Amino acid sequence: MAMDESVRDAVLATVPSLRAFAISLCGNVDRADDLVQETLLRALANIDSFQPGTNMSAWLFTILRNHFRSEYRKRRREVEDGEGRYAETLKSQPEQYGQVELREFREALAKLPADQREALVLVGASGFSYEEAANICGCAVGTIKSRVNRARTRLAELLDIHNTGEIGPDETTRAVLTGHDHP
Amino acid sequence: MNERKPSGADDPMETASTRSKKPQAKPAKLSRDVQARLGQQLRAMYDDVVGQGVPDRFTELLNRLEADKDKDSR
Repeated sequence: MAMDESVRDAVLATVPSLRAFAISLCGNVDRADDLVQETLLRALANIDSFQPGTNMSAWLFTILRNHFRSEYRKRRREVEDGEGRYAETLKSQPEQYGQVELREFREALAKLPADQREALVLVGASGFSYEEAANICGCAVGTIKSRVNRARTRLAELLDIHNTGEIGPDETTRAVLTGHDHP
Repeated sequence: MNERKPSGADDPMETASTRSKKPQAKPAKLSRDVQARLGQQLRAMYDDVVGQGVPDRFTELLNRLEADKDKDSR
């Protein structure tokens, strides 16, 4: 079966956010790109199981997520080292304006349990509804909600963001470090 | 119940004892400010990658697959 051009375009249009999701899952750009590539190969090999008119992006995210989870089980040891390698990858990148804050956020996100992290990213960044995120993760909507809440609470603790809405005593230091003076 | 004691916020003992009393208690609800701030950082991180667009390897991959399929169907 020839690949429908609209299918091809829809798949390509999802690649940037698939990569962002994959990087947030595994914390390593090279591995994330391999994960996206494997996802695309699987998706296109099973394109007949995609129902036209349904959400292509959610379908691809589900494949990527399931593939990552099965790899995770296979390569548990390697993945457990992920956080350390993740930090190293980040350190090797030059830091630009605003990058300090971004790095701290990535590091905090990497400390969350995988199921909380994926729920938060799907809902808070990928733009999926709680229902869609629940379908992607194969769990109940209530489970996604509670994972997102726990993820936010933990991140606020790790980043020391309090209910005043300020980042605290580090704010000035941060502004100096990043050269930014926005809040 | 959402009130916070500024002096107690950094006291790990207080947190621990609060938790042990209510092991299943929901975490204190974060204010909209905090949620907005977290959301903003999360999206900044995500959009940083999204803004990189589609790396060539993926366009090439799809082109190659398309070419293979065209060959197969002939």
